[in-house]
Amino acid sequence: MISGISDVIAGVLLAAVTAYACGGGTDYGAGFWDLVAGGSERGERPRWLIDHAMEPVWETNNVWLIFVLVIMWTGFPVLFQTVFSAMWLPLALAAVGLVLRGAGFALRKQTRLLAGRRVYGAVFAVSSLLTPFFLGAAVGGLATGRVAPGTTASADAWSNGTSVITGLLTVAATAFLGAVFLTADARRFDAADLAGYFRLRAWYSLGAIAVLAIIGLAVTRDDARYVHNGLTSGIGLILVLLAVVAAVATAVLLYRMATGLARITAVAGVALVVVAWGLAQRPYLIPTSLTVDQAAGAATTLRWLVLVTLIAVVLVGPLLVLLYRLDTRGALQPLTDADLRQPPADQASDSSPPS
Amino acid sequence: MNSAIGFLTEAPPQLLPARELMAFTLASHILLVPFGVALPAITLLMHHRGLRKGDAVALQLARRWSVVMAVQFAIGIVTGTVLSFEFGLLWPGMMGRWGDVFGLGFGVEAWAFFLEAILIAIYLYGWRRLKPWTHFWLGLPLPLAALMGAFGIIAANSWMNTPGGFTLDAGGNPVDVNVRQAVFTPMFGPEYWHFVAGVILTAGYVVAGVYAVGWLRGRRDRYHRLGFTVPFTVAAILTPVQFILGDSIARSVFHDQPVKFAAVEIVWNTDTHVAEYIFGRLNPDGTISGGLRIPQLDSILAGFSPDTEVTGLTTVPAGNRPTATEATIAHWAFDIMVIIGSLLVLLALWYGWCWLRRRDLPRSRWFFRCAAIAGAACLLTVECGWITTEVGRQPWIVYQNMRVAEAVTGTRASSLWAMFGIVVVVYVLVFGAFLTILLKMRTRWRIADEQLLDVSAAGPPEGDVPYGPRLTTAAGSTEATEATEVAAAPDHGTGRADGGER
Repeated sequence: MISGISDVIAGVLLAAVTAYACGGGTDYGAGFWDLVAGGSERGERPRWLIDHAMEPVWETNNVWLIFVLVIMWTGFPVLFQTVFSAMWLPLALAAVGLVLRGAGFALRKQTRLLAGRRVYGAVFAVSSLLTPFFLGAAVGGLATGRVAPGTTASADAWSNGTSVITGLLTVAATAFLGAVFLTADARRFDAADLAGYFRLRAWYSLGAIAVLAIIGLAVTRDDARYVHNGLTSGIGLILVLLAVVAAVATAVLLYRMATGLARITAVAGVALVVVAWGLAQRPYLIPTSLTVDQAAGAATTLRWLVLVTLIAVVLVGPLLVLLYRLDTRGALQPLTDADLRQPPADQASDSSPPS
Repeated sequence: MNSAIGFLTEAPPQLLPARELMAFTLASHILLVPFGVALPAITLLMHHRGLRKGDAVALQLARRWSVVMAVQFAIGIVTGTVLSFEFGLLWPGMMGRWGDVFGLGFGVEAWAFFLEAILIAIYLYGWRRLKPWTHFWLGLPLPLAALMGAFGIIAANSWMNTPGGFTLDAGGNPVDVNVRQAVFTPMFGPEYWHFVAGVILTAGYVVAGVYAVGWLRGRRDRYHRLGFTVPFTVAAILTPVQFILGDSIARSVFHDQPVKFAAVEIVWNTDTHVAEYIFGRLNPDGTISGGLRIPQLDSILAGFSPDTEVTGLTTVPAGNRPTATEATIAHWAFDIMVIIGSLLVLLALWYGWCWLRRRDLPRSRWFFRCAAIAGAACLLTVECGWITTEVGRQPWIVYQNMRVAEAVTGTRASSLWAMFGIVVVVYVLVFGAFLTILLKMRTRWRIADEQLLDVSAAGPPEGDVPYGPRLTTAAGSTEATEATEVAAAPDHGTGRADGGER
């Protein structure tokens, strides 16, 4: 199946997109549930959990996106050029959304006044909804074949049926991942009520995904023929069916409150769909105008890119495992106000007369 | 896409907004860069001191700095991500043609950044539950990861200045890519070390400046002394080093980018015995208005002899060199950077002199006034250095290989202006909120410290303190050491000195 170095890099790109969809997606989902958690009183506890669950890992999850961009422009320069020219507006809005989201989240944590927290929280939550929508819409637009090298920015490229459905599916998938992880986090933080709260929302979002997927199948039949065929036959179909199994398994596991396993199946479900989409596009990066081989950069660079990726895996992998393990074991906790106020003994002795 | 030639017509209308947007977002992001790269190192230095000497004040400072780092890092991540997007949103032409030649540096940057994000998360959230030294050692690779990330970015930027590692085929497309040559271009070394020294000393002066202000306001306790001394010493040591590095990078530009050098020094005609202008304005006809003229000096600085021939702007056609206005901008940026750098050397010497003579901080309030503004001045030099290198390279985005106008997106100018407006509003709000929160933190901590001084007899409050009960025992032993080792280090005799001054 893999014929050359450019296919390897395409695989790396797909893996990075998958990692971002799962890691970043979970955080976007947390933001989504922050948005719909209700007023400041009713939503206080869910928001508290969201804050605590997200804070040690969200920056790391965000870096996957940078990885995706770097692999795109180094490995497939023409792809990068084409995507960013044709999908100008959704990607520009996604970039603004990323700023607002990160800033809103980081600043809310450090804000004490309720009014301020509300503003930052709203900014964080709304952009958590919009950013994945625009990213998804751009991906959906590529699948329709409306974009080819040389296409200039137009609304048509990303405001068609397939784009909208893909955008909504992306949001629903992030909400699903977020809810599953938050259910597990609720148990970790000993908040049984919140575990039930988020489990219910995980089921809801699974229902939403199912509905959207069925609509999507109908819409893409004519609108995105190539990808539609890829997803409904051969390896694409197998992966999609496996994803369905994983989703159902997640629902069952959540019912039994086996949250640790549910997290794995939820991630597997989303990852399988992303990989299925990637394989359905083969051999195209942009169906049906740009193949992997046509878009590939210089072979030397691609070989170096493989090396860089290997180093990244060797260096980053173990640390990533360490981070997630420390986090799930509760070894990572934010400094509280008391820690920062806590008297430095020397200063105290400073104020008293020296011996 | 293959339009290497035939682009000499006037600039497309979207060029200006694209430039403004890039300039604005980069100018904003670059203010955070010194802290992203160097604040972890300075914090770890303080942290190490705290652990080694059992110094609770040092640990307290390190903890508070790490909280600041958390917010700053988050804002830095998002503003940095925007820049990655902008490569595609604004300059798709550059990435499409050259992405596979020079993009690999960013690949290195991406994984270094990855490491940094992971390590910083462990460091920031590890204070409470990890063992003290485990926590420190896990944080220690942070500065290395930061330097690695800077390596990638500077490799890309220096490639844009002195592109290499490829040959052009008949269609003007790069072939035969040699990655090693594309990464280690002539400007890479000078630019990298100049950058590294610059960001570390900037972070040092800014952090020290916070405590210099406190010192001027009469808060002369050990907390402020230590918070000032550690970062200021780091910065003061690097300042003269940076002076030499800065001088050497100017000479590298002279050799490798002569036209840029001509713009930075506003040299119109190639000549020997070229005069140096401090400020002054280059007119489109090649005359210079205003400015302080020092005969011979430019040739001497460029080649250590008045006979050195300096290439002038007129050696290349007008379309291949910065305009008179651009040259003036680069020239002013360069001069401001050099002047501030020289003043900082004096400040560092003042500090070093007092330290050698009396093992103590200077007593003059003027020293602390200067120290308080040194940080802001340094941030200004960071902006100036960046303006010098970017504006001096115009009209090229890839020096002598691709014009900025060829790289720009085809998106309509009106869309770009609208986006520019949105981004300015968003950035003003985000940076405003960021500063407000930093100031509020400072006030909160100061009030907490003042309350503490009033009730210092009451003893530490209950609850689980970072690193558990270790602190209290360590603090006890510190007092003992302090009593025996008077004046061994600048911080130790403080209690007494303060008592005397109050």
